[in-house]
Amino acid sequence: MYGFKTLLYKEILRFWKVLLQTVMAPVLTALLYLLIFASVLKEHVQVYPGVSYTAFLMPGLIMMSLLQNAFANGSSSLIQSKQNGNIVFVLLPPISNFEFFAAYLIASIVRGLVVGLGVLLVGLLFTKLDIAHPVWVLVFALLAGAAFSALGIVAGIWADKYDHIAGVQNFIIMPLTFLSGVFYSIHALPPFWQAISHYNPVFFMIDGFRYGFHGVSDVDPWLSMAVVLPVALVLSWIPLQLIRTGYKLRS
Amino acid sequence: MAPAVRLRALDKRYPAVHALRSVDLVVEQGEFFALLGPNGAGKTTLISLLAGLARPTGGTAEVMGFDVVRHYREARRNLGVVPQELVYDAFFTVREMLQFQSGYFGLRRNEAWIDELLENLGLTDKADTYTRTLSGGMKRRLLVAQALVHKPPVIVLDEPTAGVDVGLRQSLWAFIRRLNCEGHTILLTTHYLEEAETLCQRVAMLKAGQIVALDRTANLLHADRDLKLVLKLDRTVLPESLSGQLVEQQGDRFVLALPEYGQLEAVLGTLRQAGVRIEEMELRQADLEDVFLKLMGQGS
Repeated sequence: MYGFKTLLYKEILRFWKVLLQTVMAPVLTALLYLLIFASVLKEHVQVYPGVSYTAFLMPGLIMMSLLQNAFANGSSSLIQSKQNGNIVFVLLPPISNFEFFAAYLIASIVRGLVVGLGVLLVGLLFTKLDIAHPVWVLVFALLAGAAFSALGIVAGIWADKYDHIAGVQNFIIMPLTFLSGVFYSIHALPPFWQAISHYNPVFFMIDGFRYGFHGVSDVDPWLSMAVVLPVALVLSWIPLQLIRTGYKLRS
Repeated sequence: MAPAVRLRALDKRYPAVHALRSVDLVVEQGEFFALLGPNGAGKTTLISLLAGLARPTGGTAEVMGFDVVRHYREARRNLGVVPQELVYDAFFTVREMLQFQSGYFGLRRNEAWIDELLENLGLTDKADTYTRTLSGGMKRRLLVAQALVHKPPVIVLDEPTAGVDVGLRQSLWAFIRRLNCEGHTILLTTHYLEEAETLCQRVAMLKAGQIVALDRTANLLHADRDLKLVLKLDRTVLPESLSGQLVEQQGDRFVLALPEYGQLEAVLGTLRQAGVRIEEMELRQADLEDVFLKLMGQGS
């Protein structure tokens, strides 16, 4: 158990030591989105009655940053360790497969939450934001963070070079997070794209998360939950299996 | 008492290469053991299997009686590995690395031993330095320290002195010798055969994934005990009666085999009687390198 705690601590310290790059930068990026989209659209768009566009946008931005950084943490840590060869430092000790998995997963969730919290705090300088159902906020943050952390671990284990990670990031993570109702309600989309969006689990992550803040959403939060929970479990199961079989870690 | 290391029909196939072919080996506790062999012979594969970095495709490996697959936790707790590659984690300092490594092995308060390791490996003044700024030799010593944080009974060193200068190499071996004296089993691979010759009680030689020699270092040397008499003469023809002992000739340089020292006088007498003048003479004993080259079939 102490081995797990140490690995978790080391993984958190790893991103904490380069805070500028791992936390400040993504918070700034989210802030830029907020300034641009909110200033352009706030006069023209109102998605839910009584909710300003800026307030509507905030949960989406928080969730998007959380997801992207949860993914980035595990994937970059693992690919770096594999490339430098220092992955042996965590493969030689008597750390179980599950402890190994859990340490990387939790550290990545923490990174996602820290960035998400950063976006929230900075956003509060620009708009008032109530939290109608804090429990929903927390549940969706954790489950969605776990899902993308797990994806990051899978990518980190699978990738042989940084290019592979960048590929996953640009061709899977970015489209999934952008085409999910971060910036709009999917009700504003043509029926075809609306239907497509319902196959994107990130849509449910953001919609459920948004419900936690505003108390209104495109679909029922329990439905979102019913989608996000199994997605998080299945996605977490994959890296655990990869670690168990030693795929690309133990030859 | 369980042996420090026991391999039974240990086999490892990679898609492209059969790296280890049914290797059996027992290393007793307290031994200073060398694993020799040319590049690609399977030394690092063997160590990887022992350390759990690779999985066997056949057979078993045990460390202090614990199977490295079924009882991997106990096996790994009993094993310290100094990897061959000069790897480090640039995010952290020397002390942080050693603290993490202690923690991975479940040790909470290990500062006294960490300080002792730093002291013994000449890293005390580098304790708070980031690992990326260390020189190659220091990185190597940090790897040794990391492998020793949990005081493993069995220590595996994969080419530990590659890239370490002579002075540091001496102090590193002095330290490892001390660990051996304190009861740690040492298993090392090295390219420096004279290191194996002076340090190790027993030697195994690997060739193409198989053990081709396994004996006490002294016996291995004894097996090729023939003395070699290297002569430079004033002519290119050897007296007839000595031709039976001729091993090698290059012009006026002759290498003669001597079964024992006593024969030296007879050879010299024969040469004197034939009126042959000796210009240079050298008496050579077989060293591990000769044995090694002979077994590896080089030059044949």
